[in-house]
Amino acid sequence: MRVLVPVKRVVDYNVKIRVKADQSGVDITGAKMSMNPFDEIATEEAIRLKERGVASEIVAVSMGEAKCQETLRTALAMGADRAILVETSAELQPLAVAKLLKAIVAREQPGLVLMGKQAIDDDSNQTAQMLAGLLGWPQATFASRIEIADGAATVAREVDEGIETIRVRLPAVVSVDLRLNEPRYASLPNIMKAKKKPLDVLTPETLGVDPAPRLEYLRVEEPPKRKAGVKVGSVQELVAKLKSEAGVI
Amino acid sequence: MSVLVLAQHDNRTLDKATLHTVAAAARLPGPIHVLVAGHDCGAVAEAAAALEGVAEVLRVEHPAYADPLAEDLAALLVSMAADYDHLLAPATTFGKNVMPRVAALLDVAQVSDVVEILGPDTFKRYIYAGNALATVRSRDARRVLTVRTTAFPPAGSGAGRAEIATVAAVEPTGLSTFLGREVAKRERPELTSARIVVSGGRGLGSGENFKLLEELADVLGAAVGASRAAVDAGFVPNDYQVGQTGKIVAPELYVAVGISGAIQHLAGMKDSKVIVAINKDEEAPIFQIADYGIVGDLFKIVPELTAELRRARG
Ligand SMILES: Cc1cc2nc3c(=O)[nH]c(=O)nc-3n(C[C@H](O)[C@H](O)[C@H](O)COP(=O)(O)OP(=O)(O)OC[C@H]3O[C@@H](n4cnc5c(N)ncnc54)[C@H](O)[C@@H]3O)c2cc1C
Repeated sequence: MRVLVPVKRVVDYNVKIRVKADQSGVDITGAKMSMNPFDEIATEEAIRLKERGVASEIVAVSMGEAKCQETLRTALAMGADRAILVETSAELQPLAVAKLLKAIVAREQPGLVLMGKQAIDDDSNQTAQMLAGLLGWPQATFASRIEIADGAATVAREVDEGIETIRVRLPAVVSVDLRLNEPRYASLPNIMKAKKKPLDVLTPETLGVDPAPRLEYLRVEEPPKRKAGVKVGSVQELVAKLKSEAGVI
Repeated sequence: MSVLVLAQHDNRTLDKATLHTVAAAARLPGPIHVLVAGHDCGAVAEAAAALEGVAEVLRVEHPAYADPLAEDLAALLVSMAADYDHLLAPATTFGKNVMPRVAALLDVAQVSDVVEILGPDTFKRYIYAGNALATVRSRDARRVLTVRTTAFPPAGSGAGRAEIATVAAVEPTGLSTFLGREVAKRERPELTSARIVVSGGRGLGSGENFKLLEELADVLGAAVGASRAAVDAGFVPNDYQVGQTGKIVAPELYVAVGISGAIQHLAGMKDSKVIVAINKDEEAPIFQIADYGIVGDLFKIVPELTAELRRARG
């Protein structure tokens, strides 16, 4: 079974971003970029499926500018077999990404698409569900355990109430949550080997997809700031302040 | 044209998240309809009909909706969408699972986790773990939204007298099967709607030590939450996680214990009215947003605080 793993290049989770003074967006010039952490978890899971003999080939896909090749090389160094970049300078929103992925699925015929539940830049949490909808495939979102047998995946899902377990027929789209696994670091020899692994470059036009954004970002502001508070010396003082000053207890 | 709200419920009670979503829907033009899809969910339909601002409840019964799957709910919503300009659900794991699928099938964008409605097509939402607030305009004819429940006060319940209409189910797709749900039984208030939340981080050191927080929570009538580090370490279950990728809370009082204050955690709690931090590291970033901080060892301070609160209660 072939597994498709979409990976997104995002501002590293440790970087504190700044809003541009003219409110036109977020200033990310020079910021450290990394693979979206949830996509690392998806990549790791695909590799483990291959190590267990469940997956036969892992194809990593990224979309955006040429620099996304770095993210794909990271996936290849972790253990993906080959990579596809859909190169475009267009602003890509979840629906467009889902449509582009659908076109890749048509070419690659994977049995499973494993992807992050959310990208830590736009925090949309949409693409997996959209892709499953467009394909008419089952979806299992927020996975914390995946077992594959007899043409189906049994998936434990992290939901607000606890853990829910569902079974989805393959092919399916599964989005992963934090507790699924701990992604490996690529070893130096594997980073070297990754440079020789195949990486194809496509475009939205060759895939026949119009990636035009549907949402217009009118303004991006600094969120309201909290005032720094005070340090108190004792629990007595704290309780007194919570009572009389804050009035919350 | 009208607004359709997808109700979240367990066939017996209407989830509070729906009350907040109806309140958001009231900011949009047109009458509000609430879709209650379930099995033996009459009581839920009644509760939805009594919500302030609801014009009509659409009740859909099917055994497959007892524990509904995204595939089936999405098919149902899509079959009804032609009558609506806006389709809304809470930005809970329930709403997040279903609505993007609906949006894709309708070939429209979804606006996730809306915190403010500026007009029928213009919304505010946070990006980058709450570090930027974006105003977005949807160019689509139909808008699919998930709503951050803490950003809208709940719709009043009991005042409304909406009609309840019965709607036919859409045949289940059979693509997925629900196998089960592990829901921990808890005596304490639910995290996202509690008036007070006490959260623990890696500093707690073990699941056993969370007892200290539970005792504190009990005197305060609070819910217990956690940082990702505490959940990852197995101290507490996943549904305790507060943050960018967990639950969003905005209680009157949030007490962060042994939590450093990473941006991913702050994203889930910085709209709390009052924040208290207990941490032994005076440089911990959590102190930059806390209204009241105590620097010290939580293993000493938390029991003292619990005792002091008991004393104050008399
Ligand atoms: C993709 C992604 C998503 C994430 N999503 C979330 C999320 O939703 N929610 C979330 O919380 N995090 C999230 N994180 C993780 C986040 O970046 C931090 O790693 C995490 O919040 C740290 O948890 P912590 O504060 O408990 O642990 P630490 O950062 O290790 O802090 C522990 C604190 O405890 C204090 N301490 C230790 N012992 C004591 C003691 N005896 N008395 C008093 N204080 C003590 C220390 O001084 C320290 O400040 C995410 C990260 C990534 C990459």
